[in-house]
Amino acid sequence: MSYVAIADQHTHLHDPQTFLTKYVWSQDHKVIAIQYMVTAMAIGLVAIGLSMMMRLQLGFPETFHFINPSNYYQFVTMHGMIMVVYLLTALFLGGFGNYLIPLMCGARDMVFPYLNMVSYWVYLLAVLVLVASFFAPGGPTGAGWTLYPPQAILAGTPGADWGITLMLVSLIIFIVGFTMGGLNYVVTVLQARCRGMTLMRMPLSVWGIFMATVLALLAFPALLVSAIMMILDNHLGTSFFMPAVMSLGEPTGHKGGSPLLFQHLFWFFGHPEVYIVALPAFGIVSDLISVNSRRHIFGYRMMVWAIVAIGALSFVVWAHHMYVSGMNPYFGFFFATTTLIIAIPTALKVYNWVLTLWRGDVHLTVPMLFAIGFVFTFINGGLTGLFLGNVTVDVPLSDTYFVVAHFHMVMGVSPVLVVCGAIYHWYPKMTGRMTSETLGKLHFWLTFFGTYAIFLPMHYLGILGLPRRYFAMGDTYFIPDSVHSMNAAISIAALFVAASQLIFLFNLAWSLKHGKPAGGNPWRATTLEWQTPETPPRHGNWGPELPVVYRWAYEYGATGHKEDFVPQNEPPDGRIAATHHS
Amino acid sequence: MNLFVATVALVAGIFVWWLAVRRLTTKSWEAQGTYDGRDTAQLAGPAPARIGLWVFLAVVSSFFALFITAYFMRMNPAVVKGVDLRDWRPVTEPGILWVNSVLLIAGSCGMQLASSALGRGKFELARLGMLAGGLCAIAFLAGQYLAWRQLQAAGYYAASNPANAFFYVLTGLHGLHLLGGLFVWARAASRMYQGQAGTGSTRLSVELCTVYWHYLLLIWLVLFGLLLST
Repeated sequence: MSYVAIADQHTHLHDPQTFLTKYVWSQDHKVIAIQYMVTAMAIGLVAIGLSMMMRLQLGFPETFHFINPSNYYQFVTMHGMIMVVYLLTALFLGGFGNYLIPLMCGARDMVFPYLNMVSYWVYLLAVLVLVASFFAPGGPTGAGWTLYPPQAILAGTPGADWGITLMLVSLIIFIVGFTMGGLNYVVTVLQARCRGMTLMRMPLSVWGIFMATVLALLAFPALLVSAIMMILDNHLGTSFFMPAVMSLGEPTGHKGGSPLLFQHLFWFFGHPEVYIVALPAFGIVSDLISVNSRRHIFGYRMMVWAIVAIGALSFVVWAHHMYVSGMNPYFGFFFATTTLIIAIPTALKVYNWVLTLWRGDVHLTVPMLFAIGFVFTFINGGLTGLFLGNVTVDVPLSDTYFVVAHFHMVMGVSPVLVVCGAIYHWYPKMTGRMTSETLGKLHFWLTFFGTYAIFLPMHYLGILGLPRRYFAMGDTYFIPDSVHSMNAAISIAALFVAASQLIFLFNLAWSLKHGKPAGGNPWRATTLEWQTPETPPRHGNWGPELPVVYRWAYEYGATGHKEDFVPQNEPPDGRIAATHHS
Repeated sequence: MNLFVATVALVAGIFVWWLAVRRLTTKSWEAQGTYDGRDTAQLAGPAPARIGLWVFLAVVSSFFALFITAYFMRMNPAVVKGVDLRDWRPVTEPGILWVNSVLLIAGSCGMQLASSALGRGKFELARLGMLAGGLCAIAFLAGQYLAWRQLQAAGYYAASNPANAFFYVLTGLHGLHLLGGLFVWARAASRMYQGQAGTGSTRLSVELCTVYWHYLLLIWLVLFGLLLST
């Protein structure tokens, strides 16, 4: 019943009529996906710009007089928040989720297209509110991306008058918009798959995005709750989080609130957030590696189970972000244990990627380079995560550059490499043209080595004890001169990496007109999105009839076949891919 | 956080069990050939809107469970080195809340009546039930507002004590959810009065509104119990 209703009834297909409904107020999942991607990348560029300002200050202190300590904290805060929430979450779930779920599952669109459209516009509103805080009196908040009270809303913290309120409001709007999108992704995966597409035949990209969406739907409410309570503390004078505190010599009127409560709520969102970003990356990397090694993914079933297990475990590790917060020390033992347990399914995934490459027919295409680069940076960041997951190691390393290096490796560089790889991979489907391979490779090597040049030395700086979040290091006795030159070197590397992203943008723009025509299936992949009748797929994706799926998504290296792969929708007796009559 | 972890564990448990039932153990690389019969049957399952609503209810459950967790954590702060930080002074709940609870139960009954009457083709009765469900919900919201006014008059301000603040926040957020429900209700009700009561989509709308009404009643009873007992 629902199958016919959603998937194959043209009356439900809201066919676009005008330019406006086709490209602006569009309900087509592919257009919405591209809207999400472009918006996320635009705000991401702002975040890159902010990080450049931070690096200028850190590498060359007392040189740039337009950066003062308040600005610096605002840059840190906005860089972190934009990258984690407004770029990565929106790009993976709103962007790739929207584009890939219906195409990979063989649906014509999301199940609630109107809601999907509203979701994007609400997201855009959240971004605009966030951007507005740059122009508000006092500027954006400088509370750090974790927005810990009491300092987040006290006078003296940059942006305490307008910035923090706009930040919280923007987050609330974002969460509302995400919930609309998230409902769509989950229900589409559950209800709108084409015939034959069982859950265990879904490509791992869909699995990763699906599980990340489930996590986000359950975890974002924690951020919503804390944002609501902090707004009330700030504007109605309640004391949910605010203890009795003097501000500028005056009592604030708050008393008895618990800053620790905020930290629990925040990290109850914050840790799953890491996996909200990582799981789609895991899924996409699995597919990129499999396609480009011309081999089935090693241990498909294990990969699915690992995704589910990581998702479940990610809800019981949050307090490893709070070892130094003054919480009950016995908690530390529990959370260190769960943190180490979550390393098991994660390591399993890494082994499976490597084993897929093992004796594969590896094609070092641009997406493949990014996927392999991801495996490197992820192993790197993951291993330092094991260090920091242990209380005794974490306590001395807390608030040092070691932590900065760790989380940038594991949830900054790694997912961004996947984003780039995924864009290079699916760009031909989105536009019908290939990107320039030369520029792509240049972009990859500059980014890959560049990010190592930035973050590898930071581990060392952290072990020296260099504190993070400091505007300037000054003449502290344990900081040798070499640290200052290393900081300058890191900053120069960072400028190079940022500049090399312009190559990426140029490549995307240039290829739109001048790229080689891609054809329907340039990577010779098995999954459904490459089997659409037109490239780029038209509204409704599949022409008159939906595909029928006969096998899993990893039938590579087939023998006795004209190609080395068998598309998911090719019938077993080798007839030309037939479609199903509804 | 224990309460919340338990809720999430429950939701996750149901989810994993459900996945397992859906044969997460299939060896999909061996299952070459045509699709199996079970999957076609599965595709003819419940309407997407119904699944969508249940997923949404899971999100709202997470939201309220977190608030309730925060409630308990704020109520019982840790005792640090003999310093007692407890500043919780319970609210004396206005009696009107009992009336409101009865209204909300009546609203739920009305919606249930509408839903089942529609299934049996008794459109007049269905309209009556629908009207009762919506009006009771509106009356409930008005009653909640009165309760707020009474508390204000009695000097329970949001800023003066965390118990008061939680009272306003929890009742306010529950009310907002009900308000959102009333928006959908109004659309479904107007369709019923425009002679579309017999269509399948109207029946689905009414049924989903009913589920939502029952759910918000459940949330309210949990919140009311929590507010009364602390």
